[in-house]
Amino acid sequence: MIQRTPIADALTYLLMVLGFILLIGPFLVILAGASQTLQQINSVPFHFLPQDRFLENASAAWSRANLGSAMINSFIMACLVTVGKVALSACTAFAIVFFRTPLKHFFFWMVFITLMLPLEVRVVPTYAVAADLFQPFRLLISALTGIEVSVEWNLLNSYAGLTLPLIATATGTFLYRQFFMTLPNELVEAARMDGSGPVRFFVDMLIPLSRTNMLALTTIMFVYGWNQYLWPLLMITDPAYKTTMMSLSALLPSENSLPDWNVTLAGSLIIMAPPLVVVAVLQRWFVRGLVAAEK
Amino acid sequence: MEKRAVFKNWWLPILFALPQILLILLFFYWPAIAVMKWAFTLEPPFGGIAEFVGLTNFEEVFADPFYWNSVAVSLIFALCGTCFTILVGLVLAIAVDRRLPGSGLFRFLYILPYAIAGPAAGMAFRFILSPERGLMASLNAAFPDFWNPAKYGAHALILVIIIFAWKWTGYTFIFLLAGLQSVPRSLTEAAAMDGAGPIRRAIDIQVPLLAPTLFFLLVIMMTEGFVGSDTFGIVHSTTGGGPNHGTEVMVFRIVDEAFKGLNYSGASAQSIVLIGLIMIFTFIQFRFIEKRVHYK
Repeated sequence: MIQRTPIADALTYLLMVLGFILLIGPFLVILAGASQTLQQINSVPFHFLPQDRFLENASAAWSRANLGSAMINSFIMACLVTVGKVALSACTAFAIVFFRTPLKHFFFWMVFITLMLPLEVRVVPTYAVAADLFQPFRLLISALTGIEVSVEWNLLNSYAGLTLPLIATATGTFLYRQFFMTLPNELVEAARMDGSGPVRFFVDMLIPLSRTNMLALTTIMFVYGWNQYLWPLLMITDPAYKTTMMSLSALLPSENSLPDWNVTLAGSLIIMAPPLVVVAVLQRWFVRGLVAAEK
Repeated sequence: MEKRAVFKNWWLPILFALPQILLILLFFYWPAIAVMKWAFTLEPPFGGIAEFVGLTNFEEVFADPFYWNSVAVSLIFALCGTCFTILVGLVLAIAVDRRLPGSGLFRFLYILPYAIAGPAAGMAFRFILSPERGLMASLNAAFPDFWNPAKYGAHALILVIIIFAWKWTGYTFIFLLAGLQSVPRSLTEAAAMDGAGPIRRAIDIQVPLLAPTLFFLLVIMMTEGFVGSDTFGIVHSTTGGGPNHGTEVMVFRIVDEAFKGLNYSGASAQSIVLIGLIMIFTFIQFRFIEKRVHYK
């Protein structure tokens, strides 16, 4: 606070409240609707007050969309993407920053380019690769040796298929690289003087030091993994592997039945909850990670 | 910046980088090369020999009026989404940066929509902004057909842009707030002593110093609007591209063409054009806007 400015302060609060209505208002509408009865939610004008029917609506949504197994699948998917990204990014960044090899810059650019082309624009051939994982190897072998091998392996309807293509980009690598670059040279020298090799240095020094980074990346990747929509839609046909995003359509009121939007909203709230909790709890690290990752 | 003290082992870095490199080769480079190849060949959907057809796929794509419609829809979507998220994010960041009592709570709350998946938000907004119930019902009762996204393409496009903007405003807000907090306090204090009020200070000092952040967000949000996963998710779950192709963005058309129409060559050609467009935008933004941006 620099000077006394009551009018500007009032205006600031007004703007912040407007921001609240704009950004948090939709949550409140969903919450109100999700706790109302069928009559209440279909009445005009809309009742903004929450009622006491949330648990009934939530359990109706839970069974209608089979959310139990979908929540478990989404959770597994989000965790695998998070763990995969965090682990692989740390390893690659370590290789890029702390070694002097001729391949260093090649690795760096190879990883860097993956930031340019999102899954959505290469989704068709990525699907083809996942449906026939060994095709590149078969082509390679037949080009090199002339032998036609007929091994096939597809990733459709599997957790590997759901997660591996999403792990294959470089978002996390850059977060780690930026952080590793800020560490002083003395750290490596001290480790070398102590007689510890690169692997010891990585496990005992780098990993504990990058805890903040890891929490940041964990938040970002959990949200990313949980919120995947197009890829599970393509990869999964077996209902046992359905994720929450695929259950959304089952929650919508069908054309010929009662417009029970109260159930739909309760279901959408359940689906929104896990990433929301993660962001709320880890927000401090998440913000730090975002700002460091992109700039 | 090069590190002086480094390890000299040659095979260990390869071992450490190998898992990610293998994944990238298999799920990024191979498909990326396939897109280029398929765009110039006629790929039979159920296997068989691909035939090189030159630019035929592109000619077919460009001859389709619905394709040009999707280009226009994508442009409107990305431009409106970008402008809204950056402007609102900027205003909120300036307000929160005044650090009045309670600012911290608002900062905490504004970021929360970022956690919500586009499709989940889309479903909720189908209710919130439905013509028959929710917030718009009273208005629609007074003025029939005032708002009907199921009937009018323009309304549907506004609906999906609102969902996109809702989700991403918190994201631009974080960056702009971080940018504002790195503006030296002494600068704003000096301006205050010279008699510049809060609004004057925001326009003359804070916003110009934010130029690099604003530029970065412009590039990021345009790309996000064009090819981001939320764009497809929101459109697919909310309007399904309709009514009457009114919300059919380019990514939606690519996926539709490939997996419904089984036209892999056409979809690949569209992907190439989309990548080209993104590159052109990024180039234009660097060429013409970055000149006006003053880095510290």
